[in-house]
Amino acid sequence: MKVHVYEKAFLWVGAALLVAIGGTLTYTTLAMGIHLPGHVMQVDPAQVRTLPPFDNPGVRQVGENRYEAVILGSAWQFQPNEIRVPVGAEVTFVATSTDVLHGFVIERTRLNMMLIPGQVAKNSYTFTERGEHLIICHEYCGAGHHVMYGKVIVE
Amino acid sequence: MSAPLVHDPSGFRLPDPQRRALQWSMFIAIVAMFAGVAHGFAQALSYAGINILQSFPGLRSYYQGLTVHGVTNALVLTFAFSNGFLPMLTARALSRPLNTFLVRATFGAMAAGVALAGYAMLANKASVLYTFYAPLQAHWTFYLGLVLVVVSTWLAALNMFLTLGAWRKEHKSERIPLLAYISVVSYAMWFLASLPVAVSILGFLLPWSLGLLERVDPLLNRTLFWFTAHAIVYAWLLPAYVSWYALIPKQVGGKLVSDALTRGAFIMFLLLSIPTGFHHQYTDPGISTTMKAFHALLTFGVFYPSLATAFSVTACLEMGGRARGGKGLLGWITKLPWGDPSVSAQLLAMLTFVLGGITGLINASYTMNQVVHNTAWIPGHFHMTVGSAVYLTIIGVTYWAVPYLTGKKLWAPKLAVAQSWIYAIGLLIFARGLISGGLQGMPRRTFIAEATYEAAGWKLAGALTGIGGTTMTVGMLIFFLIMAMTWLTVKKDGAPVDIPVSESLTTPATTGWERKMDNIWVWVIIAVALILVAYGPFFLTYSVNLVSPGFKLY
Repeated sequence: MKVHVYEKAFLWVGAALLVAIGGTLTYTTLAMGIHLPGHVMQVDPAQVRTLPPFDNPGVRQVGENRYEAVILGSAWQFQPNEIRVPVGAEVTFVATSTDVLHGFVIERTRLNMMLIPGQVAKNSYTFTERGEHLIICHEYCGAGHHVMYGKVIVE
Repeated sequence: MSAPLVHDPSGFRLPDPQRRALQWSMFIAIVAMFAGVAHGFAQALSYAGINILQSFPGLRSYYQGLTVHGVTNALVLTFAFSNGFLPMLTARALSRPLNTFLVRATFGAMAAGVALAGYAMLANKASVLYTFYAPLQAHWTFYLGLVLVVVSTWLAALNMFLTLGAWRKEHKSERIPLLAYISVVSYAMWFLASLPVAVSILGFLLPWSLGLLERVDPLLNRTLFWFTAHAIVYAWLLPAYVSWYALIPKQVGGKLVSDALTRGAFIMFLLLSIPTGFHHQYTDPGISTTMKAFHALLTFGVFYPSLATAFSVTACLEMGGRARGGKGLLGWITKLPWGDPSVSAQLLAMLTFVLGGITGLINASYTMNQVVHNTAWIPGHFHMTVGSAVYLTIIGVTYWAVPYLTGKKLWAPKLAVAQSWIYAIGLLIFARGLISGGLQGMPRRTFIAEATYEAAGWKLAGALTGIGGTTMTVGMLIFFLIMAMTWLTVKKDGAPVDIPVSESLTTPATTGWERKMDNIWVWVIIAVALILVAYGPFFLTYSVNLVSPGFKLY
């Protein structure tokens, strides 16, 4: 099989590009600490409101400048639908759904999770500036999907 | 030197009953397209803050329309087209007819599936979008309809496998003609890819919707869905690649560059399209980050054959442009036959697809995906892949295939050239709107016109989306006009009598390892092994969590 020299060059450059992108992504996660949500635990969405931590949704301080925000998504609201955290706080969001799939994205941040009934979603983000961010349900969850939102207020 | 991509270059005519059935398959595709475009227009305007839903009789909600848009465009149009296109090319490539019963059964299953799912959607009993994530529950007719659509693709695939098998028996020492090879491999990949969603629907969702199963596991069904549904994107795309590799060179006066590299690219798609589904689930809970990272790696792998395609297709275009008198570094581009509507639509498909591919790389980029996941960026991206590469290629192919199948010349070909430009320009404006909206947090699959929240920058993004979407709609209305006029008013005369099949610069090797590429079953087995490696650890360690009854929140 003969491969034209231009084509060879093109394919090598393409391969190098993909390797470079892969390396950059590895760096973002291993060196910069940017993580995806992973496996945490399973729950029963019908019982979840009675079990810790979801029996007490809201924000609590768990360490110096570290907070945990426990949030429930259900059609068509977040509970609580407004949370307040101090600037510079590292907030770990722990969330799940009580009914159908919901989305959980904090606008102008990289905090982005799916809320899937039966699964607990967890990820952290550090808010470095004062201001307000919308929390938006970005997965279709029925007729009222477009009224489902909340707020993070960084003060 | 050059070699044919088909067994008998002198010509072959499909038997009339088969032509008619394939023609009706095309007809379903175009009707589905019409339903999809009508609702797409309403959705684009919604982004611009304009609600026109009350103008759609019988429509109960935005999401009902969005379900119709996704199902008709992504599932019906694409597969109704491919069910006609790929078997037709296989028959042409091998110069032997298909099985007439299977051609009709393919059409029948597709038509029955569309009728059932169509009923459920129109009656607002299935407003669950085309991803039908449990535990939102649709009426059983919706799930059964989708099963029949998938079954129709299996029948088409079986028809192609049988036709190829029969040909190989009679031509034991010959290489498979390239056109047949890439057509068959495309549907072989899709057959493998379709199995997980079949398990999801037949094993869980259909019995659940009938009350035979009380609860399902949402994450398990979502994972089975994406197990199929990244590869489904390639099932839509590969027929377009078949056209670009094997037909477009002929249409522009060039030749296919390399037989072996073309087969190699399709083998890579067969191997790598499926074990990549977790990159749609980066932000899902319940799946380990190690598995997500592994799928990220394989996703970059499946980008590779598309890079090779970009080179091969551009090289054949350059060859065609230079043969037509193009000079200098870029002069050949203007010499391409832009006045041929089939060519102009597909050249614009390729150009817009460059942006689709780049945005796709960003989606696949593990950590970076969190910035764009489920925002308006995503439909911005896939309207530049399935909405451009696939859509415009289907349009371009239709411009010769409908005349070929009906024996009627295309009505108003100059208008058809304008059509593809209007659509492509609209598409770029539309996608620019969605992409920028998504980067500013605007969610996808959301009735933005009535949303109770808004963030900075969404107004401009939404306006661009609305303007672009309106332009695309104008382009598509012209397409439907051209199709209707061709079908209804043109007399049978002067249409193309053969499919535009290219030649290859290289002859397929008749000795050595390259012959191994024709052992399609071996490649299918390797693909299965790779799938087991990529998905095995998840399914072996996952504890099924049957917790969700059905919800009908629409």
